[in-house]
Amino acid sequence: MLHNSPALVPLLLLSTAISIPVLAIKKAKVAYPLAMAASLLSVVISCYNVFRVWGNGPLTYHFGGWFPPIGIEYVLDPLSSFIAVVVNVVAFFVLWHSSGIQGREIPGKSVPYYALTLLFLCGANGIIVTGDLFNLYVFLEIFSLSMYGLIGIGEKQAPVAAFRYLIMGTIGASFYLLGLGFLYIVTGSLNMADVRNILPLVYGNPAVAAALSFMVIGMGIKMAIFPLHGWLPDAYTYAPSTSSALIAPIGTKVAAYVIIRVLFFVFGVKFVSQSLPITDLIAWLAAIGILYGSVLAMAQKELKRMLAYSSIAQIGYIGLGIGLANPLGYIGAVLHILNHAFMKGTLFLVAANLRKRFGHSDISRFDASYRKKLPWSMAAFTLAALSMIGLPPTAGFFSKWYLALGAIDKGNWVFLAVILISSLLNAVYFFRILEKVYLAPPPAPAAGENLSPDGEKRKGSLIGEEEYSLMMPVVILSFSLLLIGLWNANIVKEVIQRIIPLGM
Amino acid sequence: MTDFIFGHYVYWSIIALLIIGLYGMIFKNNLAKKLIGMTIFQVSIIMFYVASAVKWSATVPVLDPVTGVVDAAKYISPLQHCLMLTAIVVGVATSGVAFSLAIVIYRHYKTLDESVLMERMKSS
Repeated sequence: MLHNSPALVPLLLLSTAISIPVLAIKKAKVAYPLAMAASLLSVVISCYNVFRVWGNGPLTYHFGGWFPPIGIEYVLDPLSSFIAVVVNVVAFFVLWHSSGIQGREIPGKSVPYYALTLLFLCGANGIIVTGDLFNLYVFLEIFSLSMYGLIGIGEKQAPVAAFRYLIMGTIGASFYLLGLGFLYIVTGSLNMADVRNILPLVYGNPAVAAALSFMVIGMGIKMAIFPLHGWLPDAYTYAPSTSSALIAPIGTKVAAYVIIRVLFFVFGVKFVSQSLPITDLIAWLAAIGILYGSVLAMAQKELKRMLAYSSIAQIGYIGLGIGLANPLGYIGAVLHILNHAFMKGTLFLVAANLRKRFGHSDISRFDASYRKKLPWSMAAFTLAALSMIGLPPTAGFFSKWYLALGAIDKGNWVFLAVILISSLLNAVYFFRILEKVYLAPPPAPAAGENLSPDGEKRKGSLIGEEEYSLMMPVVILSFSLLLIGLWNANIVKEVIQRIIPLGM
Repeated sequence: MTDFIFGHYVYWSIIALLIIGLYGMIFKNNLAKKLIGMTIFQVSIIMFYVASAVKWSATVPVLDPVTGVVDAAKYISPLQHCLMLTAIVVGVATSGVAFSLAIVIYRHYKTLDESVLMERMKSS
């Protein structure tokens, strides 16, 4: 049992995803508890794996008893176990929250929704844990196909957004496959560790450069790095809120993880930063993306679309950290994967709460009554917004701090300026909302509201909001931003410094 | 030079297919044509893998008592074909999802033409 633990999470999620449509065929209600149980178990197992990996070093599992490089190997090293925990924890909170929201947004579709969600998580966990480059492609497609489905079940425009993403995503995945083909022809192996050992012998071969370029472009599309981000805003906006809260924190982060894995752990730091200027290219594109996303986010009138553009900017931070290719930048990138997953999760869940309560998430219609009607959600939104801007002691400050240190270390002042300017832009587009909600005088109560004084409690509204399942995940996620911020020194020292790749 | 062109004719045709597929996916206006482009694109990558496994004067990778185990060079590497079996399955699944999305789009907007679709999306 214990030595199987790397394979346990993907297989658990996969089997639950398959059994949900079967078990829920008569009673659709069993889908939610099944999904929650699987998600909770995967959180527990991945947390347990992290501690085991820290204690005993990397865990491996060989499928079918075939040893690498012939067989498929699952590897939990400090990096993959850390990212797995981030993904599973955020997914657990989003799933918890979904019980209150999916009845309104996707009525009658709870069974396919939960099955797809678990399939999506199975793909994400598989990508994270696999040590085989082709297996990664297969999980990538499981992950992407369920993501298209999760987007497509949304509003009327959602299938169009999902279709566009499908075209872009297929180009991305196929480019990855093409690059892998070059790599396989040159090295004759698919196992990541094996390829890593063979590659130094063939660095001079132009096919290696072609392989690297194709793989990075392919994963760049999935990660939505500028200028390959075209699919993202529509997909996040039109997807049901509960799907966008799942996809925004997890979808692009997993692609970022693949880029980190491929660049630094397969091709090697020296090759990607010196022989080919690929990390420089990523860093510059990411810097442009940061500014582009922030500026466009300011122009948006709809909360979810604004958050989508802000995601492009935030992915830029991760890309910048990867592109700096020095230890400080790398720490910033990995820390930002953690922080952004929690921040964007919180913000999209608040957007879902707003849609459920007021039927829209149109920023121009926000007013001061929101702080009374949704006090906890708006407080969580504020905390997450402050973290996005990067005010200490919230988590967002520290990843930007490490990125800034990395830029200084590299001696590149343009990147430092980009980080500072984009923080200001973040402040502009979030304070615009906070101002409307908190600084405006409370509106005169409308005629209807006079009849129900504030003291009157609705069912279960002891603390001001109607449903615990909508409020608690948001509050816990946003509060954990403070905890991550306060404990960031421990996280960096105990976790991230161990996963700095060789030769960086 | 002629050897560079004619010696790699398989790869040139695969590149041609790849570009045709990409062109269809990006520049064609009709969603169904985009999907045709997508299939061509995926098939070109499958052919790339299979072409890389070609080996003259070698036999199928089934243990032949005459040839013996020792001489691995006499067998064709089966791995590329196995990988592409998986990739074909993935491609079929992708096409399935894509066509079902196209059907949903057609039901909502009564068109598969992207420019008409954009107008109807804006007006609704």
